Amino acid sequence: MSKSAPCHNWLHGLKWGDGLTVVLGAIAVFSLFNTLWLGEAASKVQVRAGSEIFTTQSLNQQRTLEIPGPLGTTTVIIDHGRVRVASDPSPRQYCVKQGWLTQAGEVAMCLPNQVSVELLGNSKPYDSLNY
Amino acid sequence: MSENARHTFTATEDDHRIAKLAALAIGLHLIEAVLPSPLPGVKPGIANIVTLYVLYQYGIGTAAWVSLLRVFAGSLLLGQLFSPTFLLSFGGALSSLGMLAFAIHLPRKWFGPVSLSILASFAHISGQLLIVWLWLIPHSGIIYLTPIFALAALVFGLINGLVLTRLIKQP
Repeated sequence: MSKSAPCHNWLHGLKWGDGLTVVLGAIAVFSLFNTLWLGEAASKVQVRAGSEIFTTQSLNQQRTLEIPGPLGTTTVIIDHGRVRVASDPSPRQYCVKQGWLTQAGEVAMCLPNQVSVELLGNSKPYDSLNY
Repeated sequence: MSENARHTFTATEDDHRIAKLAALAIGLHLIEAVLPSPLPGVKPGIANIVTLYVLYQYGIGTAAWVSLLRVFAGSLLLGQLFSPTFLLSFGGALSSLGMLAFAIHLPRKWFGPVSLSILASFAHISGQLLIVWLWLIPHSGIIYLTPIFALAALVFGLINGLVLTRLIKQP
């Protein structure tokens, strides 16, 4: 082959396995984008007080929620894709110590104060609390 | 004469070849280091063309020598030896060599340099992300960057593979 071969010769010498590798690679990249970026972007947070849904909010905002409960006020912070319970009057502080929640299906519960924070994705994943 | 030869460290033909090819790879490594990058870690990886070329011409042993010498000497020249950057280069080189040791046994009839280049570049970025995640930034947020790195790996792996196909065919 001469050195001044035209551009289309760049594809000369490719084998079908190479095409397969490119296609599989492209599928892998696409599914990474799909699951990590598109799936999470629509996520919401659902806050329950007692047996009722207190509020459902988009995760893509910066906001502080104050939820009244039997023991006092639970403070929940939404911070661009993640949520945490900032303060709670419960004695053991489990939900506060849990820290930031980022994945759909994660739950923080402040049981004595009857407040729970749950992250919702496009599809609800299996979790042992509900099943 | 033979007495003298026994006590001298003599470089074999292989050593000379490895040194020459490693020098070429180091040169490309240095050129690439001064290229601006849109995101730290997104690089064309042109020095890996040399690794793959050596793999095809001389086998995985020589390729490993050239690749690891390139990482050590390249980092030394850039003042990054044993820094996190070096560790990322080293981890990337090791994981892509591991992948190549396996991929070179794929049937040549169906899988050419483009396949090997793409597989190696995916292995390279996977190894690096693992190091970043386990050691440098142990936060799950790092996972949201993987699509960008994977896309870069695919594109640059493909381009390097096409260049390599061309190189191997030159007489």
